Amino acid sequence: MSELKLSCEAVRRVEETCEKFNNDPGELISILHECQNNLGYLPEAVQRIIARKLGIPVSKVYGVVTFYSFFSMTPKGKNPVSVCLGTACYVRGSDKVLEEFKRVLGIDVGETTPDGKFSLDCLRCVGACGLAPVATIGEKVYGRLNPSDIRKIVSEFDD
Amino acid sequence: MKITSADALESIRREAAAALSVREKSNESASDLACGLDKGTPHMQILCCGGTGCKASESAKIVENFRTSLAQHGIDGKVEVLVPGCFGFCEKGPIVKIIPDNTFYTSVRPDDVEEIVTSHIIGGERVERLLYQDPGTGAHISDSKHMNFYRKQLRIALRNCGFIDPENILEYIARDGYKALADSLRRDSLEVLADVKASGLRGRGGAGFPTGVKWEIARKFDAPDKYVVCNADEGDPGAFMDRSIMEGDPNSVIEAMMICGYCINAHHGLIYIRAEYPLAVHRLQVAIAQAREYGLLGKDILGSGFDFDIEIRYGAGAFVCGEETALIHSMEGKRGEPTLKPPFPAEAGYMGRPTNVNNVETLANVPVILTKGPAWFASIGTEKSKGTKVFALAGKINNVGLIEVPMGTTLREIIYDIGGGVKGGKKFKAVQTGGPSGGCLTEKHLDIPIDYESLAAAGSMMGSGGMIVMDEDDCMVSVAKFFLEFTVDESCGKCTPCRIGNRRMLEILTRITEGRGTMEDLDKLENLAKVIKDTALCGLGQTSPNPVLSTLANFRDEYEEHVRDHVCRAHKCKALLTYSIDPVLCKGCSLCARNCPAEAIVGEVRKPFVINPEKCIRCGMCLSRCKFGAISVI
Repeated sequence: MSELKLSCEAVRRVEETCEKFNNDPGELISILHECQNNLGYLPEAVQRIIARKLGIPVSKVYGVVTFYSFFSMTPKGKNPVSVCLGTACYVRGSDKVLEEFKRVLGIDVGETTPDGKFSLDCLRCVGACGLAPVATIGEKVYGRLNPSDIRKIVSEFDD
Repeated sequence: MKITSADALESIRREAAAALSVREKSNESASDLACGLDKGTPHMQILCCGGTGCKASESAKIVENFRTSLAQHGIDGKVEVLVPGCFGFCEKGPIVKIIPDNTFYTSVRPDDVEEIVTSHIIGGERVERLLYQDPGTGAHISDSKHMNFYRKQLRIALRNCGFIDPENILEYIARDGYKALADSLRRDSLEVLADVKASGLRGRGGAGFPTGVKWEIARKFDAPDKYVVCNADEGDPGAFMDRSIMEGDPNSVIEAMMICGYCINAHHGLIYIRAEYPLAVHRLQVAIAQAREYGLLGKDILGSGFDFDIEIRYGAGAFVCGEETALIHSMEGKRGEPTLKPPFPAEAGYMGRPTNVNNVETLANVPVILTKGPAWFASIGTEKSKGTKVFALAGKINNVGLIEVPMGTTLREIIYDIGGGVKGGKKFKAVQTGGPSGGCLTEKHLDIPIDYESLAAAGSMMGSGGMIVMDEDDCMVSVAKFFLEFTVDESCGKCTPCRIGNRRMLEILTRITEGRGTMEDLDKLENLAKVIKDTALCGLGQTSPNPVLSTLANFRDEYEEHVRDHVCRAHKCKALLTYSIDPVLCKGCSLCARNCPAEAIVGEVRKPFVINPEKCIRCGMCLSRCKFGAISVI
């Protein structure tokens, strides 16, 4: 795990979040959701604070963080790319779309580009199966994708 | 304003129903003639689909454009813009519906708004080009009732989706919302429970356990704190009915949870919902807040002395949390690992207290069963499976969307009549039902009336209702591998058969798709699958081999082709493909070489090019670019 030091402000926010949920271990998942919303990810330092506040072992917090795919211990890129690998998208060729994203961005699934601009993930069904295959970049959904569209879509994010 | 009695609710309903009557009437008997302000129609409504699918196609921009345009024309006082939940016909989204003539516009773009406003809303002339065109006759159809997609549907669980404004509780009340609750609270709870039982309603989350029996068991365990849990952790990729119900009709879920609470003597409700569904979460939050405001949630509901309140709990992306014991652990802030049953949640669930868990679609059926009577519900469907089922129809099909049909409808009716057949005129190969826990059904299964039993007998399962159509271009070995990758990814790791067994199966399948499989592997695969089915701890593990078993049973020849001949007839398994250039047809234009990402194609201009199989990554780019049909794949 990383040796990251958190700012005083960040520590305070994590502590406040725990207190908002009465330091209740039963609310661990809600606390993690809120901390990840605030900080973008859940580094070891944050997990240690939560464990201390809730009075549970840090291994327990780590166990929950790593169990659920929604939680991440690495920061996401400025524009997080998620390619849907739900069944409907899969049969309409999302595997090829994913390959093309990997190639164009030069990163693998779960990684972030060195400039921090993009990160690449897979997700299971955004429910826009009518538009399959689908990918999301940030909040925006891109539907009916063809591998040949990817380079152009990525270039839209050039500053 | 608190509603303190059933009578007060009834008078609010009457008022709200009057406001909704125009929409109601236009739904029942729309005239063929279009309405318009210039033709004397005093008031019109524009319904823009606010489901996730349409939102992905800029429906929010459409709503904004309508509001701006109406204001510019100075008619925003006469025309209302509403955003209901999903209409279901996602293939043709975004959908815009005009009331009172019930015109159903499809594939609307933000740029189309101005034309709809000037020609239809003001002028009373429909915009022909945006109407649905029947693929058979070519005729334009303006009323959705007359489209094949809707004709065979019966919408019970989806009754309000795409019709009411989900963020306005009064529109729900107008359609007999909370009436079932009000009636129930005046009856003995045992009687209400008997009605639910008599309706024959079964769990829509997959397993099909009779809902009334489940409630009856939960009722038997006495404790100071009991819980009603709504399982909204819809993890099956490709199924989105629960989300659509929560987005389009959140109050029906709330009302049903309260009725359940009344029947089993519970006063706390919990909705466990995926964090990936922000819109559904928002709609539920709005609905809960409004229900509290009207006194429909809280203390002494409708003056009956019954207390009930609901909280939302968030999932964090784990498929196994759809299993009820795993779900309960997740709600307690723990890893979502299942535990052995018994004890069932009915005895010891959330916080060790008696807990009843029902799926969203199951709950959405409850209020209407009680208002229309159990006999009405039991008259729909088959002998053992009553009512309707919502299916998310997707994959290689013309009409992707969310449909609801009576139990006993055949796959053929769903795929060909409602779904409009296979996309691009390709040959139908299989339909996968039940998601990662289900199986692939083939041509020979198309005419069985679908219900829980018949799907299980055919080697698949109802599951949550995902239905993915596949055509001749899909490789069934790859499909089985795809589902197994999902299960391996989502296995919680607690029990050995699921954690290790599925991984071994995936390794075998990978070998087969890479041309390294043996005939023995096929038998091993089958044995392993059966062992996992028999020995895994929870529903996820026990059903995870289904995609493998059903493809082995129905498509064994394809498996054998991969192993024996190293051939993938659908051209999906890359390692088994060989791309080559026909030297006679090749004109030496170099287009393929310039587009090859792996620089695997070499040659001199105006002479035949060749592909270096060592370098070729089998992406198929050359094949798609060649203008002379010189490149082939085997």
